[in-house]
Amino acid sequence: MYESIILILDATLRVSAPLILAALAGLFSERSGIVNIALEGKILASAFAAAATASMTGSVTLGLLAAMGTSVLLAMLHGFACITHRGDQIVSGVAINMLAAGLTVTLGRYWFGLGGQTPPLSQGERFTSITLPGADAIADVPVIGLLYSELISGHNILVYLSILIVPVCWWIIFKTRFGLRLRAAGENPHAVDTAGISVAWLRYRALICAGILTGIAGAYLSTAHSAGFVPNMSAGKGYIALAALIFGKWKPVPVLWGCLLFGFLDAMAIRLQGAELPFIGEIPVQAIEILPYVLTVLLLAGFIGRAVGPKSIGVPYVKSR
Amino acid sequence: MNDSKIPAWVNIIVLPLINILFAFAFSAIIFIAVDVNPIEAAKTMISGALGYQEGIGYTFYYATNFIFTGLAVAVAFSAGLFNIGGEGQAYIGGLGVGLVCLGLDHTLPFWAILPITMFASMAFGALWAFIPAYLQAYRGSHIVITTIMFNFIASSLMVYLMVNVLNQKGQMAPVSRLFEPSAVLPGFHEIVGWFGLSFSESPMNLSFLIALVCCVLVWLLLWRTRWGYAIRAMGSSPSAAEYGGINRKRLIIIVMLISGALSGLLSLNEVQGYGQQLKLGFVAGYGFTGIAVCLIGRNHPFGIILASVLFGILYQGGAELSFDFPNIDREMIQVVQALVVLFSGALSLMLVKPTERLFVYLDAKKKSKTQLAAEA
Repeated sequence: MYESIILILDATLRVSAPLILAALAGLFSERSGIVNIALEGKILASAFAAAATASMTGSVTLGLLAAMGTSVLLAMLHGFACITHRGDQIVSGVAINMLAAGLTVTLGRYWFGLGGQTPPLSQGERFTSITLPGADAIADVPVIGLLYSELISGHNILVYLSILIVPVCWWIIFKTRFGLRLRAAGENPHAVDTAGISVAWLRYRALICAGILTGIAGAYLSTAHSAGFVPNMSAGKGYIALAALIFGKWKPVPVLWGCLLFGFLDAMAIRLQGAELPFIGEIPVQAIEILPYVLTVLLLAGFIGRAVGPKSIGVPYVKSR
Repeated sequence: MNDSKIPAWVNIIVLPLINILFAFAFSAIIFIAVDVNPIEAAKTMISGALGYQEGIGYTFYYATNFIFTGLAVAVAFSAGLFNIGGEGQAYIGGLGVGLVCLGLDHTLPFWAILPITMFASMAFGALWAFIPAYLQAYRGSHIVITTIMFNFIASSLMVYLMVNVLNQKGQMAPVSRLFEPSAVLPGFHEIVGWFGLSFSESPMNLSFLIALVCCVLVWLLLWRTRWGYAIRAMGSSPSAAEYGGINRKRLIIIVMLISGALSGLLSLNEVQGYGQQLKLGFVAGYGFTGIAVCLIGRNHPFGIILASVLFGILYQGGAELSFDFPNIDREMIQVVQALVVLFSGALSLMLVKPTERLFVYLDAKKKSKTQLAAEA
C-alpha cells in the first residue's frame, strides 16, 4: 500500500512538471493582462523544436535553448498581434495553436520523413534522471528510504527546476518592482501609463517570461518525459495548465497545488485503468480524466470558492489621446 | 467605425482581401521552405477541388461543415460572445443524431426520421452550449474558458459512450453499427437524379441545402428581427444595450442556444450523411475552422458561404496535394488556416492605420490640386 502511494506520487511529480511550468507561464502573461490560450501551441512547438534540435545536434542543451527560442518567438507573435495591433487575444491564441499543430507535423515530415515524428533520441540527447546522493544507500531503510529514493530522488533536472521555479516566480511577481508593475498592468493599465511606464513594453516582457517557461515545458515533454516528438504530443496539457492557473486563482503557490492535483488525477487515471475499487466498482478512466475540467468549471461558476481574474485581462490597452 | 477616414468599400472588401493575400503569401513561403512550388501546389489544389464532379462534391461536403460552424461562431460573435466550443457542441449533437438513427431507423421512413434527427442535433448541441451560457449569464464565468473545458468533457464522454455503451456487441472497435439506408441523408447525386440530371457520386448530401437555408434564417434573424437587433446591440455595446432595456442575461442564453444548435447541425452532414454510423472524433477540428470561416466571412451569412467554399477548396485540394507532393499532407492546410486566422483575425487592425494615412494623404493632395487650380 505504502509503496503504491509513493509510486503514484512519483508519477504525479512527473506529469505535473510541464503543467507547473506552463501554468506559471500563463500566470506571467495573464497577470499582465494578456489572455493566453496559446499555451498549448507553444508547448507543442517547443517540444518539437527541442526534439528536432537535440536529434540534429546531439545536444540536449541546444534543444532546450531552441525550445525556449521557439516559444518566445511565438509569444512575440502573440504580442505583435494583440499588444502592438490590439487584435483579439483569443483569436490570436487560436491562430498560434493551429499554427503549431500544423507546422510541427509539416516540418517534421519534411526534415525527418517519419510521418511527423522525430527520430528516437538516444541517452545523450535527453534529460536523464539524477540519483541524489545517498539515495541508494538508504533505499532499504523502512519508510524514509522509499520516500527518498523513489519520490525525491531519481527525477530529471527539469522536474526539480519546475518545483524550484515556483518560489522564484512568486518573488518576481510579488516582491520586485517589475512584478508590481506587471500586476498593475493587468489590473489598471491606465495607472501604469500615468506613472510614465510603458504598458506595451511591460506586457511584452511578461510574454517573454511566459515564452521561456513554456519552452522549458515543451522541452520536458519531448526530451525528458519521452524520447522524441510525436504529433500533437501536448494533448491538451496547455489547456489543463490554463485550468490549473484559474484553479490556483492566478497565485503561484495555489497554482502549484492545482497542477499537482491535476497531475495526481492523471496519475490515478492511468493507475486505476480497469481496476476494481471496493464498494464503487470499476471507475471509467474518462470520469477521472474530465475531473480537472469539471472542477475548474465549478470553481469559475463560484460553486467552490470564487476565481476572479485580473481586472483588465483580455482588454487591449489604448493610450487615451 | 464612423470616424473612419477610409471609404466603406475599402473597409469591407479591400482590407479583408489584402489580409487574406498576406496569409496566402506567408503560406507560399512555407510551401517553398518544404520544397514545394506554391504555384504548382495551387494549381493541383484548384483542379483537385473544382476540376471534376467528385472533387466538387467533396469541396461542398466540407463547405457544409464550415457553413454550420461558421454560422455558429458568427451568431455568438454578433452578440460579443466567443463560442470556442463548437467542437464539443457538434460532437454531442452527433450523439443526438446517432441515438435517433440507431433507435428509429428500423421503424420510421426517412421523411419521418429527418425532422427528428434535425431536432435532436440542434437540441443536443444547444444543451451542450447551455451550461456555459448559463454560467456566463448568471455566474459570470468566462465563456471562452468554460466552452474550452466543455470541449474536453464532450470528448471524454463520447469516448466512454463509444467504448462501453454504443459499440457493437462483441466488437472492440469503438463504432456503432451502420444505420439502415433508409435513415441516411440522400447524396447530392441522388437528389439531382430525381430531376433527371446526373452528378458523380460524392459525400455531398442534402445537408448542404439545409446549411444554405440556415444561412438565410440567420441573416433574417440578425438583420430583420427584434432579437437580431438586440443581439447586435449587445455585441457593439453591452452597457448601452442594457441601458436600452435589453435583458442581457436572457439574451446570452438565447444566443448561445442558437449557436450550439447550429454547431450541432454539423453532425447531420458528418453522422447521418457521410459516416452513416457513430464513431470517435468525427468533428475533426471543423469547429475550430468555423472561427476562421467566420473571421473571413466578416460575421455575415453571405460572407460565410464564400469563406466556407474557400475552405472547402483548401481541404479537398489539400487532400489531393498529398498524392502529388510526398513532402506534405493535410497538416499543411492547417498552417494555411492558422495564417488566415492570424491575418484576418488577430492582425485585422494592422493595415487600418496605414490605409487611413494613405487616404488622408490622397485627400490632401487632391485638395491642394484643386486649390492650385482655383488660384490659377
